[in-house]
Amino acid sequence: MIDILYFARFREKLGVEREQLALSSPQQTVAMLMQELSERGDGWADIFNGRQQVLVAVNQEMVKADAALNDGDEVGFFPPVTGG
Amino acid sequence: MTDRVCIQQEPFDTAAEIRQLIEADQAMGAVVNFVGVMRDMNEGDAVSEMTLEHYPGMTENALQEIIKEARERWQLGGVTVIHRVGKLRPSDEIVLVAVSAEHRGEAFDGCEYIIDFLKTRAPFWKKEKTARGERWVDERQSDIAAVQQWNKQDQTS
Repeated sequence: MIDILYFARFREKLGVEREQLALSSPQQTVAMLMQELSERGDGWADIFNGRQQVLVAVNQEMVKADAALNDGDEVGFFPPVTGG
Repeated sequence: MTDRVCIQQEPFDTAAEIRQLIEADQAMGAVVNFVGVMRDMNEGDAVSEMTLEHYPGMTENALQEIIKEARERWQLGGVTVIHRVGKLRPSDEIVLVAVSAEHRGEAFDGCEYIIDFLKTRAPFWKKEKTARGERWVDERQSDIAAVQQWNKQDQTS
């Protein structure tokens, strides 16, 4: 299982703050997970269809879409950051 | 010297933080600080309130990483980064970056580097309240340009 966290406008749009998901394959990457999420349709498709910028962190470190996922990982999805 | 990274709802006391950096090491001859303040306007609209959200855990790691990079570039003394979260109002202080060094050059550069990368890499998000309702703040092109400027310096040096 992996833990997925959604932040800021993504959390609001999806109405989900956190969920657990089983990896669909042992070779799953972030890009594959995003594809899987976008297939849920509606807001999911809007966010994960590749047309808007999605930042991803695995175990709290920023990664690119080709990063591999492992059982027990924490994956965070969020829009560009606006602190400071 | 140790770094101080703090994410908190409460206001911070800039003078006390600077005093602490000064007293921590008598070899330091300069302290430069940046304070980010909430504005009452954004994108042409009056803003009455702001809510700041972050990714607990990752935020602290990202800030530590940025400070580490700054320390690799310059001889820095102490570094303090305090960022507020939760509800804020115009003129509230949002963030403090304070850096001590033996001389001002390193302190200025280190401080600017840390705030520039904080703005593009630390997972904070602002939501602001205007007369037309609430909205998430978009990233600023000028913040991205500031970071690109540092990266460009790397390539030429």
